[in-house]
Amino acid sequence: MNHSMKEVPGIGLKSSEMYSLIGLLEDRPKARYDFSAGPTVSKFLLGLKEGKILGKKCPRCGRIFVPPRSYCEWCHVATSEWVEVPQTGIIHTAVVSYISAKRQRLEKPEVVGIVRLDVPGYKDKEYEFAGLFHRICIDPKLVVTGEAIGMRVKVRWKPKEERKASILDIECFEPIG
Amino acid sequence: MSRVAIVGAGYYGFKPQTIDLSFQDLMFESSSRAYASIDPRKDIDAFVDCQEDMWEGIAIADEFAPEPIGGALRPTFTVAGDGLQGIAHAYMMIKSGYFDVVAVESHGKPSEIKTLQDIYRFALDPQYIRPLEPGNPLFYAGLDAVAYIKRNNVKREHLAMVAVKNKNNGLRNERASFSTKITLDEVLDSRFSIYPMSKYEIAPFSDASITFVLSSEENVRKFTDTPVWIDGIGFSTETGSGATQWHEFGRMKSMREASKMAYRVAGLDGNVDKYVDFAEVEDRFSFMEPLTVEEVMLAKEGEAHKMLEKGDFCFNGYKPINPSGGSLSMGVQLEATGLARLLEAYLQLINKAGMHQLKGVSKALVATWRGVPTYSSVVALLSA
Repeated sequence: MNHSMKEVPGIGLKSSEMYSLIGLLEDRPKARYDFSAGPTVSKFLLGLKEGKILGKKCPRCGRIFVPPRSYCEWCHVATSEWVEVPQTGIIHTAVVSYISAKRQRLEKPEVVGIVRLDVPGYKDKEYEFAGLFHRICIDPKLVVTGEAIGMRVKVRWKPKEERKASILDIECFEPIG
Repeated sequence: MSRVAIVGAGYYGFKPQTIDLSFQDLMFESSSRAYASIDPRKDIDAFVDCQEDMWEGIAIADEFAPEPIGGALRPTFTVAGDGLQGIAHAYMMIKSGYFDVVAVESHGKPSEIKTLQDIYRFALDPQYIRPLEPGNPLFYAGLDAVAYIKRNNVKREHLAMVAVKNKNNGLRNERASFSTKITLDEVLDSRFSIYPMSKYEIAPFSDASITFVLSSEENVRKFTDTPVWIDGIGFSTETGSGATQWHEFGRMKSMREASKMAYRVAGLDGNVDKYVDFAEVEDRFSFMEPLTVEEVMLAKEGEAHKMLEKGDFCFNGYKPINPSGGSLSMGVQLEATGLARLLEAYLQLINKAGMHQLKGVSKALVATWRGVPTYSSVVALLSA
């Protein structure tokens, strides 16, 4: 029992005492799944292993999807042309988390963000763009001060021999220069 | 009020495994085919998806629904139920007058669920049923089967006949991965899996995505010359697995209620038998086929198995039942199973069923159950 709980009036229950309540059962699903990547995402992941970021272009509206999709969600047609995109871009938005999903304080705050890649043909006024959600290797303070937003970043790859055709082949995005 | 028609259908899969495609790819492939003469980004007013989180392996899986089927930033919602329940929603939306064209997609990828039995177990009541560890949750089907054959004096042979009919019907259907040229003796000689059924009488699983497009009468001709009208649709849920012992075992009351609603909506006053040329009905367990035929009142009580024995339900019989081979031949695609039945009826009515095309059919009944451990059913009446 932590300190703040002691201040609450009443009687604290231990876990064993709680489960002595009639009808209170604990159960958990044995839920395990495979998730096929499909041909498009597979090729993207293999590209990461080779140190490339691949996107796929919609033949109708010209949008380049990174990460790639088999279809353009806006035109509902199959994407066609593969393009290798630059490994640089700007931080569109970023966040510092000081707590875990269970809202416990983390020892080291995490920075994750959305990187808008330098993809040719990207329309400036559009809200959708070729980009990746990933870890950002910067001082969390830069997010708090707002300096992180718009900062130019590039991919920091894992060493080649450690890459496994996974999104984790990218270690993070780090500032340029 | 406008009538409602099916103006497009597409599918992809119907294979035991589809490891080559992601579930989103499956959805895109089936919806693309349904939209062959339709621009989903302009012509479709709303999108309905049917799936269930525990099958998907994704919590709040409805957020994954819009994108692959053309529904991004458009009115889209998910029904946690069988695809035919989604069709009922689309039907009501069009009838409301607020929507003219509605798409319905459902998919199942059971090959990627590595702990399928445990997901079934998790559908059971945590207080009454799970502590008993009943082994295979398909036991529910066995309880109904035993009660049904006892009540109607049905013989074990009759259930085997359903398997023989459907497994052989499927040989002419390219979507029937589990069809096989089997004889009555071969079924009868095989071991029981769940008494009184052998493995041939329990449908296997297959992966598929199926998409339909429904339209109001005023817009039908923009999309097709061969609409299939939904004359009536009904749905019902009994007490369900939340109260196992209260289900009336040996019957499927939800099927009866769903059919009564469908007939009422269609304005049919009895004589259903005359209305329907053929039917695609629930058969994921062999006994469910004759039981469903009785519950939807295509046969009098206690008569379905006799009609089956006479050959009335055969491909060339008086009233073909599951000319596609049914789920016994095509497999169970989880929540898409009802749409598989609808797809087969639709293809027959537009004369595109291929090798298993029936001659001169214009009216069909489709009946689906959501499978164990549920007591939910949907019945639809269609005409060309």
